[in-house]
Amino acid sequence: MNKAASIIQSIGRPPAQTWYGSLLARLPVLLLPVIGLLLFLAVWNGAAKSIDTSLGQFPGPAQVWQQAGTLLEEHQVQREKADAFYLRQEERNAQRVKADPGYQPRIRPFTGAPTFFDQIWTSLYTVAIGFVLASLVAIPTGIVCGLSKSAYTAINPLIQLFKPVSPLAWLPLVTMVVSAVYVSDDPMFSKSFITSALTVSLCCLWPTLINTAVGVSAIDKDLINVSRVLRLKPLTHLTKIVLPSAIPMIFTGLRLSLGIGWMVLIAAEMLAQNPGLGKFVWDEFQNGSSESLARIMVAVLTIGAIGFVLDRLMLSLQKWVSWDKNSVLR
Amino acid sequence: MKTNNLFNQLRCQLKRAVIGASAALALAIPVAQAAGPDVGWPEKEELKFGFIKLTDMAPLAIAYEKGYFEDEGLYVTLEAQANWKVLLDRVIDGQLDGAHMLAGQPLGATIGFGTQAHIVTAFSMDLNGNGITVSNEIWQQMLKHIPQESGKPVHPIKADSLKPVVEDYRKAGKPFKMGMVFPVSTHNYELRYWLAAGGIHPGYYAPHKGDTAGQIDAEALLSVTPPPQMPATMEAGTIYGYCVGEPWNQQAVFKEIGVPVITDYEIWKNNPEKVFGVSKAWADANPNTHIRVVKAMIRAAMWLDENNNANRPEAVKILAKSNYVGADEEVLANSMTGTFEYEKGDKRPVPDFNVFFRHNATYPYYSDAIWYLTQMRRWGQIDQPKSDDWFMQTAKKVYRPDIYAVAARALIAEGKAKATDFPDFATETGFKPAQSEFIDGVTYDGTQPNAYLEAFDIGLKGDTVL
Repeated sequence: MNKAASIIQSIGRPPAQTWYGSLLARLPVLLLPVIGLLLFLAVWNGAAKSIDTSLGQFPGPAQVWQQAGTLLEEHQVQREKADAFYLRQEERNAQRVKADPGYQPRIRPFTGAPTFFDQIWTSLYTVAIGFVLASLVAIPTGIVCGLSKSAYTAINPLIQLFKPVSPLAWLPLVTMVVSAVYVSDDPMFSKSFITSALTVSLCCLWPTLINTAVGVSAIDKDLINVSRVLRLKPLTHLTKIVLPSAIPMIFTGLRLSLGIGWMVLIAAEMLAQNPGLGKFVWDEFQNGSSESLARIMVAVLTIGAIGFVLDRLMLSLQKWVSWDKNSVLR
Repeated sequence: MKTNNLFNQLRCQLKRAVIGASAALALAIPVAQAAGPDVGWPEKEELKFGFIKLTDMAPLAIAYEKGYFEDEGLYVTLEAQANWKVLLDRVIDGQLDGAHMLAGQPLGATIGFGTQAHIVTAFSMDLNGNGITVSNEIWQQMLKHIPQESGKPVHPIKADSLKPVVEDYRKAGKPFKMGMVFPVSTHNYELRYWLAAGGIHPGYYAPHKGDTAGQIDAEALLSVTPPPQMPATMEAGTIYGYCVGEPWNQQAVFKEIGVPVITDYEIWKNNPEKVFGVSKAWADANPNTHIRVVKAMIRAAMWLDENNNANRPEAVKILAKSNYVGADEEVLANSMTGTFEYEKGDKRPVPDFNVFFRHNATYPYYSDAIWYLTQMRRWGQIDQPKSDDWFMQTAKKVYRPDIYAVAARALIAEGKAKATDFPDFATETGFKPAQSEFIDGVTYDGTQPNAYLEAFDIGLKGDTVL
């Protein structure tokens, strides 16, 4: 925010010296979101009552809250079961070694169904891997495109062609390729995980690539001239001139990419049967029990909350690495 | 799932420390004796099995929850699959070690209708368990043609009462559409059998001409819909009725969107329904594991039918969990506990609607395999004429009562089952005596498949090629 604007704003405002004065000044900022939320809950509650689906009434805030509690409870029960599972396994291994001394006992991970919270973890992990993969490709490519006009001209048609492709179109291809190429007896990752992560990568490649290219090509001419005068080596030119000035744009791209990646992931998990939040939503839809809709709603809100937190994290990161602390980021 | 493995292994390490400290506690926990080495240790201990959300996946859930798999030294993960095609593909490419399959799936895959792959089965999961449901609108039109007794329709309801309705639709130029779950599913054959017995032609397949839609000459057009989506698809008006397993017929009653008209028990008494299928390559590589899996599942099936279905209410509670079938308990209980609700409020006893063990339900009979092969021939999925001997050889390639017998004998030796629970393995031929408890009264003798096909008015037979 520049100086002039802040002066203008401070005019119609009570002097904010006393503590209650500052509280009063901030009141709208604190209160308005709460009002918005309450209004939303009221509208949701009202609308829910008048929607009758074949699975019963559409869940209102109360039912969703209740199901969130149930999911937490289920998680705890499953953890207890897991503990019992490991105890039993120790016992069985000991018996087996007694009967068959050559046996190498191993502790196997719990075989029970993943709970809602396990699934959140899987989703986060999958999106992180897909996002990092995409960034590793997109940032260097973007820098090359930004530095060299001819590289950009060569790659641009491809970017324009693949950027608008929906993840659902990629998924069958990715699935078949992963099945064919990723063959091993004891795979590190399950195929469904690789399929989802790759689909996420393919879709969150583009914003980072384009923004990096734009950021790099828009470096201040003066800075380039300084670099020329000092006769900086290409690598030094890159690290001292290009990257610092392109970083705000690169991070804008990364933020967009992560947002897209998170949205794509849910769809990919639904279809690839990767055990994350997307699969949770799909399984509940298939169950068709009277509680399914409320449980799906819990997942929807969780997906939104996580997306929001991810975006805020990227924003703080962007503020932290950006050299221009005065630029407005939102 | 591997992504969580690292995480879990960390947990394991922690657990070990705790366990070491409480060895006395561990000793106090009763653990069933691990099966002796008479079967041989399993080659593969960590297994992943697929299933579709239907009540007849129960033997898998029970074998897991009751620790029968663990008693065999197997650590099994059960995973719901999106549809029958995904399930089969994942068994073929090895992502799944085995799965809850439609009886027709191992046969269809082995003879190359659909995806070609050699699949075998040594365990039949259940008898009966399906129903045919029509939408409320169709039901109202059918009612006029169904004989009534003391205010209620007389059961079993034959497709004869549907025929005039189908004719009205055809006259109005509207295709009469129904849903089934898979081209080689028991549901497809049962629905076709019921329709054809009432004079409604369900259409032929002609794979040699590239036609796998199965609608040649059809009066009722059948198409594929995954089981859990049946009620929603009918509610949307895309189909007028369907044939599916439970709980998706009872779901229609609860949602008041349709009326089940007949159960498959009335179409063919005690018909084989699901099997446990594995790929031939997997079975060859893991013979001991395979036997142990069958052992665990026989015990689960026995538990399900024990004491005249006494354990069914507990089974319903387990199946209602969202990671298994996930439907509401009352919907599952409706059919699992020996009753079936037709029209809302018209609940009738069908004690054998879901049979998991009695009547030798788990034994993989060759004659059951051959019945499915005859229906594949009848509807053109097998496009060329085949000899009786071919039917016999194909059944023997897919159905493996030999493996079942080893598993059952091991259970008898361990005292976990009685010899009288099973067929007499020394004399069993794998062929049930000729059966005639079909809705049209035609007699089926598994040793005479071609002669059986001759008995039908509608359907391919003899040397006919489309």
